[in-house]
Formats: sequence, structure tokens, C-alpha cells
Amino acid sequence: MAVITVDPGTYLRQGDAPVARDPEPRNLKTKKERGDRVFHTIALTAGLFVLATMGAVGLFLTIEGTDALRATGVGFLTTSEWQPDRGQFGIAAIMLGTFLIAAVAVSTALPIAMGTALFITDVAPPRLRSWLVSLVDLMAAVPSVIYGLWGLFFFQAAVLGLSRWLTTWFGWIPIFAVDGADPNNPLANTTVYTASAFIAGIVVAMMVMPIQCSVMREVFSQVPIGEREGAFALGATRWGMIRIVSLPFGRGGIIGGTMLGLGRALGETIAVLLIISPKFDLNVRVLEAGGNSVASLIALRYSEASPFGLSALFAAGLVLFIVTLMVNFTASWFVRRSRSGASSEA
Amino acid sequence: MTTFETLERREKTEAAAEAAVEAEIAAEAAAEAPGSGTRIPDVVATNAPPNSLRTLSGMSRDDVLTLLGAGASSLCITWLLFGVLTPLSGPLGFVVVAWAIFLVVYGLMVSMTESRPVMVDKVMAAVLATGAVVAFIALASVIIFTLIKGKDALTTWNLYTQDMSETGPADSITQGGIGHAIVGTLIIIGIAIAVTVPLGLTCAVFLTETNNKLTGFVRTVVDAMTALPSILAGLFIFATWILILGFERSGLAAAIAVSIMMLPIIIRSADVVLRLVPGNLREASAALGAPEWRTVWHVVLPTARPGLATAVILGIARGIGETAPVLLTSGFAASMNVDPRSNAMVSLPLATFEFVRSPQPALIARGFATAAVLMVLVLILFAIARILGGRQAGQVSKRQRRRLQGRSARDLRRIEGRDGEDFMYVEPPPVAPLSSSAPIPPPPPPPLAPEGVS
Repeated sequence: MAVITVDPGTYLRQGDAPVARDPEPRNLKTKKERGDRVFHTIALTAGLFVLATMGAVGLFLTIEGTDALRATGVGFLTTSEWQPDRGQFGIAAIMLGTFLIAAVAVSTALPIAMGTALFITDVAPPRLRSWLVSLVDLMAAVPSVIYGLWGLFFFQAAVLGLSRWLTTWFGWIPIFAVDGADPNNPLANTTVYTASAFIAGIVVAMMVMPIQCSVMREVFSQVPIGEREGAFALGATRWGMIRIVSLPFGRGGIIGGTMLGLGRALGETIAVLLIISPKFDLNVRVLEAGGNSVASLIALRYSEASPFGLSALFAAGLVLFIVTLMVNFTASWFVRRSRSGASSEA
Repeated sequence: MTTFETLERREKTEAAAEAAVEAEIAAEAAAEAPGSGTRIPDVVATNAPPNSLRTLSGMSRDDVLTLLGAGASSLCITWLLFGVLTPLSGPLGFVVVAWAIFLVVYGLMVSMTESRPVMVDKVMAAVLATGAVVAFIALASVIIFTLIKGKDALTTWNLYTQDMSETGPADSITQGGIGHAIVGTLIIIGIAIAVTVPLGLTCAVFLTETNNKLTGFVRTVVDAMTALPSILAGLFIFATWILILGFERSGLAAAIAVSIMMLPIIIRSADVVLRLVPGNLREASAALGAPEWRTVWHVVLPTARPGLATAVILGIARGIGETAPVLLTSGFAASMNVDPRSNAMVSLPLATFEFVRSPQPALIARGFATAAVLMVLVLILFAIARILGGRQAGQVSKRQRRRLQGRSARDLRRIEGRDGEDFMYVEPPPVAPLSSSAPIPPPPPPPLAPEGVS
């Protein structure tokens, strides 16, 4: 087709054939107009600003923590005491405590999150579905201080019986052992079970569950309808379909969601601070009173710390920062690498 | 008669002819070889009941009765066993044992009438439902517990109007209040909104409108940032704003720390919403000659408005409940402070935290009331977010539709009301006219196509 061009100063009269000229190759290089250049610069700045913020968090934690790290060296990772002003401090016990709380939280939250996610995508009647999604989102929006309050004043009393039962029957497993517990005495004081990593972990599970659940729900809802119906057509029951289609398809999402929850559990501050009574022992007895976590240690000690003590806290914060980043990057890698993550950028 | 009807009729006659031929062949075959070949057995009348429609969804009476029966029997067994055989105690133990027994009984009852896969299916459905039920009970107990414990202090007016500057720790709940925490929360969150909403939405636009390596990296970092421990955000501002830059601890510092927590949440949910804007809207806008920024400003953002509002509100709901950053960067204050630039400014979650750490019952009661106020705020924000977010991108309410239609009609009138001069007319050069005759008037505007003519 000929390119029709009209010279300035000509009228197109009815009946007149427009002048056809030889087509010339059009220059396809796009040159953005000024408004678009400004727009792209602003957008890019916003994106870079977020990157810079995240980088700055790591950078300044490193700068402020250097003093303490230089003073202790490798001992920072192996010492379990926390007395910076006497030069005796390290994160061995605190980090272990952090991981114990996170482990309890994740292992409590994981079955609930998976059950809820599968229930929402595959079992629940459609009308109930949107309500359940709102419920899970609302759980994520409840402030952590309120969960802490609930755990401290309400849940702790309810869960002591479970703690005692666990240590009575499974006390031979080191994790469930409790120093000073007397299973044969039903009237024994229950204070050996209070303020434990176990209780803090379950409360943190309430905050972790919605995150895990929403990632898993997202993944399960992407299961190809053809495979789902194929399973039904071959005679699978609903659970059979879930087992052979949904779960394998969503494996990446399940692992990724679990790890995202782990990342959140590692950094939880206020709820842990409210419930746990700080202790610097290196042990894995989760049911026993006392425990610790990096975040709650920082919140507890920052106000009374000397400049050097503050530097030690920054160093602990830096370790927490690195660990959560690693956990989160691994999680998004799992989600992205899985089959279900191919289309979504989670 | 239209062609279509003719065709149909022809097809019918052809089909009838074919059927006749087939019947002939079949009759021949039957006559030739009565013992061999394929024979369709005669329909034997049986006294089987006529087929009834199976219910494919919902629960039958059997299902409901089985569930109820299993529930009742598990309750009875648990009641009998509890405290006798199991060393569990407390209501939690009762529920756990009852649930385990329920699953076993339910499985047994179903397996009496159904096959094994069906039994497994039903039991697993019950197990999955348990997850949702546990989540529901947990959330409900958190909300109800907070409201009930805060009830006493919530009903006193001084809670909302006074601060704690003249109230001792042992004073009853009819004195002192959290007015300063409410004001502090509003100021801190206000500053945080002013920072995060423009920045977050711009960054979300950056993520959706550009597509290169950097975009992917920024998205990954934003994801990681959503899980940044809140204490580290506080620690970061504490290190930079207070230790290095030398400002004092203040509401402003707290607002910046809270912004760092809100920013990734707003970016993430806004990014998801913006990506749902249909691509053909963008293309239509580009086809009309709009530059990219106009497309974003006039098409993409308005289309996604409800979703964006939801993203912002969810961010606010998160920011309003952050305790640790405010604790580090501002600290607790007992008196009203409306100047974010100096002195400690307390927020609702921080006030809750400080109150319940004291052993005084009156202070703990105030702490619960503070938590209840915070809870109600979050619930209201969340409800607004749900109502706004219930609609998909591009869907509008009836009223909005009317408004849009009105605007569209006005546009049409404006375009129709124009003179033809604007159409098809190219400014002539100032030099000699085309011909000696009088200038030809511009042609009339092409008529807007009336309806019904193609």
C-alpha cells in the first residue's frame, strides 16, 4: 500500500486522488518525548531509592557494629553470654533461642496454614471462600503487640497443660525435657513451664500463619484446571486430586511460603519480648521457662547500653539482618523456580 | 425463504435419506446372518427404579448425620476419658483429645458405608477444615479477649480525652487516659502516609511499567524488605538519624522508621493490582497517541484506583500497629506532644506495651483498653480496604458508571459541537493560492456515523 502524504497547503477535495509517493522506510527508533523521559526518571529514582534504603540498613548496621565485632572476632558467634561491658558477649545462645522460637512457630503454623490454604482453594464452598481469605488477611493485619497481650494473659494459662503433658510423655526427647519438672505431682508448680520458647513460638505462629497461608493459597489456586479435572475424570476423589495434582504442583510454593514465614518469625520482637523471660543458656529445652531472641534482646537492652554495648547490639542486629535476608532470598528463589512460580513473580 | 432455511431443510432431507439407507443395510444384515455380527440386544423391561438426579454438591442427609454422630460420640468418649486416662488438663487438652477421637470415629462411620478412598477423602476434608477452624477460633479469641478485657476502661470518657502526665501508676482507671497516644499515632501515621504513598505508588508504577533486569532485582529486594524485622528498621533510624545525624528521638524519627515498614507492603500490593490492569486499555491509550506518563496517569492509575486504595490501607494498618520501631526511635511519653520534631511521642501500640509491662492492675486495664482502641482502628481500616478491594480493576459501581457515561456524553457533544474547520484542514502557506478561482471552502466534516448503518 502506498503511503499517503499530504503536503501543507493542499485541500483534499472530494474526488481528488491523494498524491501517492514512494514509500520510504520509516525510522522506527522511538525517541521518548520530554514528559516520558521525566516520568521514567522519576519512576527509576523511586525504584533505586528502595534499593538504597535496603542497602543503607545493612551498611549502617555494619558501620555501627564494627567496634564490637572487631573486639571479639569469631568469639562473637560462639559465646553465649551477653555482657558487652566486660568484653564477654556473643550471640550463640541468642541465635539458638531465636531459631528455637522460629522452629516452634513454623512447625505449629505450617499444618494450619496448609490446611487452611487447601481448604480455601479446594474444599470450601465458594461463598465461604472469600470470607476465609478475608479472615486470613485480617490475621496478618492484627498488630503483634495484641498477639503478645493475648499470649501473655490468655493463651499461656491454656497451654500450660499441654506443656506438662508433652514433658511427661516425651520428656526423654531432649527438646521436651524440663529441668525441675515433677510429672508425678499433679499439684506441682507450673511456673517451670511459663515464659518458655514454646509459648512464645506458638504466639509467633499466629503471625506467621497468614503469610504462609496466603503464599500457598496463591500457588494452589494456579493449579492448571486441566490437570485438576483430568484427575477427577480418572476417578480421583477430592483428596486424591489434592495429593496427586495440587501438592506436587505447589511444592515450591509450600517450601517458599514456609521459609517466608520463618523469616518473619526470626524477626518478631514485641510478642516475644512480652512473653519470654530473658535467659542466656545454651540449651534446646523449649518447654522450659526462659529463652531469648535477637530482636527482643535489642529492644530490651538498647536504652541502658553503653556506646560499646550499643555497638554489640548493632552487631547482633546485623547477624539477624543477614540471616533473614538469606532466608527470604532462598524462599523467593524456591517460589520462582517451582513450576507454579513460572508465571508469577512472588 | 432465506438461504439458511433452505440449507437446513436440505440437510434434514439428506439425513433422513441416510438413515433410511442405514436401516435397510441393518435389515439385510440381520436377515443374512442371524447368529453372527454385531447385534444390539433388545431392551428388556426391568422393574429398576427410574434414574433420579444425583446431588453433586452440598451435603446429603447421611453426611450431616454422620458428622453429628461422630461429633457426639467423640464428645462423650472424651468426657469419659478425660482426666482418667490422659494426663492432659485444661480446656485446650480437652479440645485436642476430642478432635482426635472425632477423626477416628468419623473415619470408622464413613467406612461402614463407603469405600476406602471415599473414607480417606472425607477424613482429609475434615482435617483440612480443621486448619480453617483453628485460624478462625484463634482470631476470634484474640479480638474478643482484647475487647472484653478492655471493656471497663473503654467506657470511661477520660480514656480518650486525658493523658498520663498527672496520673500515678496506682490511680484508678477513672483518671488519666491515652489521648496523647491517639494523637501521637495519628501524627506518626500521617507523616508516614505522606512519605510512603507517593513513593510507594511511584515505585509500583516503576515495577509495572518498565521491564528489565533492574526491575526484577528491585522486586526481589522489595520482597525481602517486606520481611525486614521491624526492630531493624528502628535500629537503622536510631543509627543514622539519632546517632550519626544527631537529631533527638522524636515522632518524626518514629514516622520515618514506620515508613520503612509500610513502604514494601504498599509497593507489593500496588504492584499486584497494577499488573491486573488489562493490557488492551494501555494499548488503546497508546493508540490514541498518549505518551506513557499520560497513559499511566489517566488510564492505569484510575482503573486500578480501588485496588490501590486497598494497598495503601493495608500498609497503614500494618504501620499503625508497629511497636518496636517507635520504641527505639521515639520512646514512651506520659504527656501530650503534638510537635513531631522534638521530644518523645507515643503511639497506641507502644502505650499498650508500656502499660501491660507494669504490675499495676489499673495500668494493665488501660493497656487492654489501648489495645482495644488499636484493634478497632485496624478493624475499621481493614473493613474499608475490603469494601474497596472487593471490585476487580476496571469494574465500577452504578453511580460511577452513571458519572462516566455522563462525562462520555459531554465529550461527544463537545466533539459534535465543533465546526468542521478542525477536520481535514491543513493550514495553507501564506504564498500564492492554488488556482485563480476563489478558494475552495473546506469540505464539510464527515458525518458521525448514525447507528444502524455499517
